[in-house]
Amino acid sequence: MTAKITSTDVLVIGGGLAGERCAIEAAAAGHDVLILSLVPPRRSHSCAAQGGMQAALGNCVKAEGDNPDVHYLDTVRGSDWGADQAVSRIFADNAPIAVRELAHFGVPWTRVKGGKNHYFIKGERVEIEEALENDGLIMHRDFGGTAKWRACYAGAGTGHSALFAVDAEVVRLGVTVRDRAEAVELIHDGTRCYGAVSRCLRTGEHSAILAKATVIATGGHGRIYGQYTTNATINEGMGAAIALNTGVVPLGNMEAVQFHPTALSPSGILVTEGCRGDGGYLLDKDGHRFMVDAEPEKQELASRDVVSRHMAQRMFDGFGVETKFGPHLWLDVRHLGDEHLRTKLREVWEICRDFLGLDPAEELVPVRPTQHYSMGGVRVNAEGEAYSMAGLFAVGEASCWDMHGFNRLGGNSLAETIVAGMLVGRRIAATVGRGGLDVETRYASEALQKAEERAAELLGREGDGPSAYGIRDAMAEVMIRKVGIFRNGDDLGQAVAELRQLLDDCDRIVLRSRVPGMNPELTFALRIRNMVRLAHITAKGALARTESRGAHFRTDFPLRDDASWLNRTLARWTDDAAEPDISYEPVGELDVPPGHRGYGADERIEMAMPVEDYNRQVEEGQRAAGKLPTEGVL
Amino acid sequence: MSETGRRLTFEIFRFNPQDPESKPHMQSFEIDEVPYMSLFMALNEIRETLDPSLQFDFACRSAICGSCGMMVNGKPVLGCRTQTSDLPDRIRLHPLPVFKLVGDLSVDTGTWFREMAEKSEAWVHAEKAFDPEAIEDRMDDELAQQIYDSDRCIECGCCISSCGVANVNDEFAGPAGLNRIARFAMDPRDTRSDEEWFEVISNENGVFGCIGMMACHDVCPKELPLLEVYAYLRRKALSTAL
Ligand SMILES: Cc1cc2nc3c(=O)[nH]c(=O)nc-3n(C[C@H](O)[C@H](O)[C@H](O)COP(=O)(O)OP(=O)(O)OC[C@H]3O[C@@H](n4cnc5c(N)ncnc54)[C@H](O)[C@@H]3O)c2cc1C
Ligand code: SF4
Ligand code: SF4
Ligand code: FES
Repeated sequence: MTAKITSTDVLVIGGGLAGERCAIEAAAAGHDVLILSLVPPRRSHSCAAQGGMQAALGNCVKAEGDNPDVHYLDTVRGSDWGADQAVSRIFADNAPIAVRELAHFGVPWTRVKGGKNHYFIKGERVEIEEALENDGLIMHRDFGGTAKWRACYAGAGTGHSALFAVDAEVVRLGVTVRDRAEAVELIHDGTRCYGAVSRCLRTGEHSAILAKATVIATGGHGRIYGQYTTNATINEGMGAAIALNTGVVPLGNMEAVQFHPTALSPSGILVTEGCRGDGGYLLDKDGHRFMVDAEPEKQELASRDVVSRHMAQRMFDGFGVETKFGPHLWLDVRHLGDEHLRTKLREVWEICRDFLGLDPAEELVPVRPTQHYSMGGVRVNAEGEAYSMAGLFAVGEASCWDMHGFNRLGGNSLAETIVAGMLVGRRIAATVGRGGLDVETRYASEALQKAEERAAELLGREGDGPSAYGIRDAMAEVMIRKVGIFRNGDDLGQAVAELRQLLDDCDRIVLRSRVPGMNPELTFALRIRNMVRLAHITAKGALARTESRGAHFRTDFPLRDDASWLNRTLARWTDDAAEPDISYEPVGELDVPPGHRGYGADERIEMAMPVEDYNRQVEEGQRAAGKLPTEGVL
Repeated sequence: MSETGRRLTFEIFRFNPQDPESKPHMQSFEIDEVPYMSLFMALNEIRETLDPSLQFDFACRSAICGSCGMMVNGKPVLGCRTQTSDLPDRIRLHPLPVFKLVGDLSVDTGTWFREMAEKSEAWVHAEKAFDPEAIEDRMDDELAQQIYDSDRCIECGCCISSCGVANVNDEFAGPAGLNRIARFAMDPRDTRSDEEWFEVISNENGVFGCIGMMACHDVCPKELPLLEVYAYLRRKALSTAL
């Protein structure tokens, strides 16, 4: 049995790539580190990433001339100028180091084969001679929205291999991992975080962990879209929620939600962008390659927001294949050939066989855009420190570090996890003191009591009331229908009201099972209120943002509006408030002034203010929004 | 009548170690089959509509995270990947043996695999520290592919559950453990010496503990080439013994 109150130097909530990479940096510096995870770390959703990890190594012919500057530019364009450019810069500069370090940890990256190679590019089979001097270096594949081939990959199991390699380091360093443990409450005094309360998913018991530094690395929250997501069932956003529940820490850009073009219909299981990167096509019901007309330059490899919108439009226009599960389009990878599919895209080949019973070398694959990535999350500064709360950090998909702005490029997320993990881990290692933890245990006891009472209250409710699963399904329908790819003011207004109602319903949930132990129904019921809160913030931010930027598309405001909306949404929610408080901060200093992305719509509303003036107000605007001072560079 | 015309009967092993009242028993549930129904869908339907206390583990629901190993009609499989259309209309579900029971179909594979990784030191034993300034060391793509093939194990535990030796000897590395050892042994970045490898591989808990019935090979959902893996380890053991 775990003691009721324990302590550590660094508490990392989340055992995915971001959390573990951060943990090993702090542990290697000699700190005592504890990782909490809902599942054994190797089962975290990072393991499901298939296609690749962006780093400008420039190792193959189609990557010639690539460097971190080009990667940085692609990232800013991809973000539709919503990113914090200083962070995108730090990211692009460090991605090559972080990816090579993974080679050092053992990732079996696919390598360049010197000599003649055959690739599919824009529908043509081409022969390319790779330089012999590059033989054996890390190979790249093409991904959407990038000027060069840049994604480093291990078959179609990049996330799996990366996570296993990083977890092997965690084991080597002897870092303690408590799995089947859920952080349910942060311990804090309103300005400083001192750890978290954890609920054991074996026994249902609560315990408090005091820490000098606490890191939220809990991944995305795609499950606020219910089953309409590529995310795992464990991606419920509890890390973002416990930060929000402090009432002080803001979440950034929650309305920025990515839909991936190629999830299988109907299961929502993803097949990687690497399918199109390696030369796959999208076809409509007539077998027509509509992306060639829609985006002559990038074709299937425009950014995800753009491709997903064209697909949704194509289906609205009646060119989808109708089924009882709704319409879908086709992904065609037949021409890549059996051998390529069974090696470089092996995981895709297996998924098609196991979940659809088809062979992608022979048959078309039914796909449709599906919720995939949460650009929004716990708002942090460039060093990963949460706004308004000292001692609290966030990394990976759970954070809004903000290198992605309103659309993340494929392959940039895996790379973010290890770059942010490395840098923020280093920051923590340097700032966490060597002495004992100076904190009143009162805060821990209070947080512990709050968590225990919440569970007891739910268990004690009697009579008739809604079920947590029913609320989840209702939330999912609101989100996919009204806060999806195409949004408008009427729908969003209704969504906000309906989610508000669902939030009230959460307070009336009555359980049907009162078994001792973790009690799966109780476990989920404790989460659903938090999920509805995240959904509500997403809808409310989307309603307020009367422009279209990246993945956020308003049919009633179809233009990007750099005069009024070159900013980041921040949402805070105090316990007693009926609605979240929404405010804005400048995106960050503009090094690349807003312009055309090179794909998608060119029309936009220009900035009214000179860039120099915009840049002058950034620091002050962000500080007013709660950004903690950043001393020096990382 | 269900959409596929079948009503399915699930007989599920039930036991909640946290509940002093609970005794191990089998419980039956009936649901209608729907097209494309996986055990992931079926078990969630049972939990959400029939018995909210039922424990089981799923995460990715796409056969990549390894959470959902379970015995289905006596065979260890991934629940999420198993379609009801491939099963008879009576389906018996048990938790995986060997691993510690958490409750009902849920078992603790995490602790088992962490201990295995610690025992066999399943990480790259690098000779030199990482140099952030240097480009990556080269590797032949064929070799990278070979390492990747065995790196693909998702630690689901199906093979361990099927292995007669692992079922009786807690110390045996088990099929997934042997595969993990081979994965590092073939990786030139791991600089362990022959003597060190001999220690790990060549004892009754290593490759010589395996009695070669190959039950493991048939159940691996990732189709790992376990046969080749053991042959490789035996060769390595013999060469290091010299
Ligand atoms: C199917 C799929 C394919 C993808 N493919 C790619 C790709 O090819 N390239 C790319 O760049 N990106 C890809 N992505 C995105 C990328 O994989 C993720 O953004 C990234 O892996 C997230 O890593 P993470 O460490 O932030 O979170 P995760 O890996 O999701 O880890 C979250 C961790 O937090 C733990 N946790 C959660 N809540 C709690 C809590 N309350 N208490 C304790 N622990 C908690 C979980 O147990 C888990 O260990 C893909 C995503 C999906 C869904
Ligand atoms: S072949 Fe060896 S490892 Fe595989 S099941 Fe048989 S005894 Fe176990
Ligand atoms: S070897 Fe296969 S069956 Fe065994 S744990 Fe790995 S993936 Fe599962
Ligand atoms: S749920 Fe991940 S393998 Fe089945």
